[in-house]
Amino acid sequence: MKLEIKDLHASVEGKEILKGVNLTIAQGETHALMGPNGSGKSTLAYTLMGHPKYQVTSGQALIGGESILGLTPDKRVKKGLFLAFQYPVSVQGVSMFSFLRAAYNNSRPAGSEPPTIFEFRETVAEKLKMLSMDDSFLNRYLNEGFSGGEKKRAEILQMALMQPKFAVLDETDSGLDIDALRIVAEGINKVSGPETGSLLITHYQRILKYVKPQFVHVMFQGRIIESGGEELSRLLEEKGYTWIRGYKEEEQVAPSTP
Amino acid sequence: MSAKTDVITDDYKEKYGFSDPVESYAVQGIKGLSERVVQEIVRVHDEPAWMEQVRMKALKHFLDIKPPAWAPDLADIDFQSFFYYARPTAKAADTWDQLPEYIKRTYDKLGITEAEKKFLAGVGAVYESEAVYHSIKGELEKQGVVFTDTVTALKEYPDIMRKYFGTVVPYQDNYIAALQTAVWSAGSFVYVPEGVKVPMILQAYFRINERKMGQFERTLIVAEPYSEVSYNEGCSAPVYSSQSLHSAIVEIIAKKGSLVKYTTLQNWSRDVLNLVTKRAHAYEEATVSWVDFNGGSRLTRKYPSIYLLGPRAKADIISVAYAGPGQVQDTGGKAIHLAKDTTSKIISRSVSKGGGHTAYRGLLHIAKGAKNVKSTVRCDALLVDQQSTTATYPYMEIQEDDATVTHEASVGKVGEEQLFYLMSRGISEGDALSMVVNGFMEPFAKELPMTYAVEFNRLMSLEMTNAVG
Repeated sequence: MKLEIKDLHASVEGKEILKGVNLTIAQGETHALMGPNGSGKSTLAYTLMGHPKYQVTSGQALIGGESILGLTPDKRVKKGLFLAFQYPVSVQGVSMFSFLRAAYNNSRPAGSEPPTIFEFRETVAEKLKMLSMDDSFLNRYLNEGFSGGEKKRAEILQMALMQPKFAVLDETDSGLDIDALRIVAEGINKVSGPETGSLLITHYQRILKYVKPQFVHVMFQGRIIESGGEELSRLLEEKGYTWIRGYKEEEQVAPSTP
Repeated sequence: MSAKTDVITDDYKEKYGFSDPVESYAVQGIKGLSERVVQEIVRVHDEPAWMEQVRMKALKHFLDIKPPAWAPDLADIDFQSFFYYARPTAKAADTWDQLPEYIKRTYDKLGITEAEKKFLAGVGAVYESEAVYHSIKGELEKQGVVFTDTVTALKEYPDIMRKYFGTVVPYQDNYIAALQTAVWSAGSFVYVPEGVKVPMILQAYFRINERKMGQFERTLIVAEPYSEVSYNEGCSAPVYSSQSLHSAIVEIIAKKGSLVKYTTLQNWSRDVLNLVTKRAHAYEEATVSWVDFNGGSRLTRKYPSIYLLGPRAKADIISVAYAGPGQVQDTGGKAIHLAKDTTSKIISRSVSKGGGHTAYRGLLHIAKGAKNVKSTVRCDALLVDQQSTTATYPYMEIQEDDATVTHEASVGKVGEEQLFYLMSRGISEGDALSMVVNGFMEPFAKELPMTYAVEFNRLMSLEMTNAVG
């Protein structure tokens, strides 16, 4: 099954941010999406998940050949989509346990019997262990008072429970020190099975040391302007994003240059 | 709600050992306020002369004074248009079919049993937990704990009643208190002797022996030194009432070192006017908690208050409200510090939806001489949509310099980002809203016994998903 994004245009408050994005991700593949701030990476993530502020003006997003654009976010989850947030919001008074349970039950195939509270407790305990997280985590309120690292781990925990077909990870590496980065990255590797297609959005190359993408894309001014293998990320790291801007100018001057 | 229900049949007198002393009266009910209606209540209850005098003075006072200017809606009420004494055997509704649709639907969605439904709806004589109470009653009596209705207490405990009745909320206290004192007709009486810790929560419905969850409940709780008692009234499920005016007074006397917790879940049907005065006197080292939810009625006015009369007394007030379409919940809390080293905490949470209006009205008073007082007031309002409104009227009168007072207030809208986040985890919009609202109400829910908390959460979810509308 594939996640296909075809000539996607999207606006926020009347301003066009995505200007024709094309990208196809198959299950089992890991794609990195890089680009400078403001290039539209997070907008792509939110648009795919269906944030009401992001208006799709044209183009398509399909999972298994079916459009997801007309669906509310909760229905997109049922098609197998997941978004790990860059800035997960907190909700007071809602325990992690009850939240995770709701997320787990709502991402299971329709018609399947939800697990009992005891079965769920076992499932979640196993995932916590995998991510080196303490049980006491479950008694805290959703993201309330979490450190940057805890928030990101909590996102990966949700991914582990929901087992999406396609996961978009929006700057999951941001705001993490090197140890936290390693734990989160290892978590991503553990929860991504052969059935998971991932889109790893990142500003920096450093997470790609731990999570190896087969494909790297560079986004700039609302479009993917370059795609390649892992070597592209190293090139970006060496030359920096000014290289893209240079590239862009060059392209405008001499469109025949690759 | 306990799963155990018991259908009462004709043999209940023998079975449960009590009966309704007023069932034979064929008073049809008297409309309007007059000396005659007060005399009728006195006659039916067979009350002592002192009580009749108090009632008459209260009636005269009520008719003499005007409603307070800050409560304009009270001036609009035609108090002569209500029944002040309904026939005791009258059921709230004669048949199930008579009930408003939303109440029936809520019962279904809350998943309460057929028997409980009928009890709550007032169309069946089902004595929820009666058997349970019967078995604990003997235990309580051995320790000298009294738990009965106020009318019975007038006869069986006349000295205690006379000593304390109207001492915490005198009829002159406020407009509604005058009315209530004149016409009160039901309520609970609780007396806990020195040092006795009541091992279970006393439930108001333990002692209701007919479907008449008092139109004018008068409740008195006396906790002697170092005693402990918790009392619950009401339930999450909507309660149908054929009477559209409800007014209660609750008086609590918490003596030295005692602990009294009073929990209310108010969900009267949506045509009821609910005007309540709740007040406690907390003496040295006593702790009083009001845990109060108002989700029913068309208009609620209720500000549970605690007078801190002795050193190191503590006041704890959690007041939460939900106002749906057409509802006004004007609630809050008051802490009056009249002694040194006293502390108070007032937490208010309100949710408005579909054009509902909530108001927090609170008073923190620290009197001259009340040194080293600590007080925290926190009120938060949540608006679910654009049409709904909220207001905050916090009053502070602080006459001592060394008081530590914090006051925080906030008004929030249910965040688009919160809903999006929850929905991105497969949770439907309605469920996401329920989660946010129940999370917001959590400081209240965690004070409730488990079964109550579950039912309360379910009720709020139903309101949020429009499933009962």
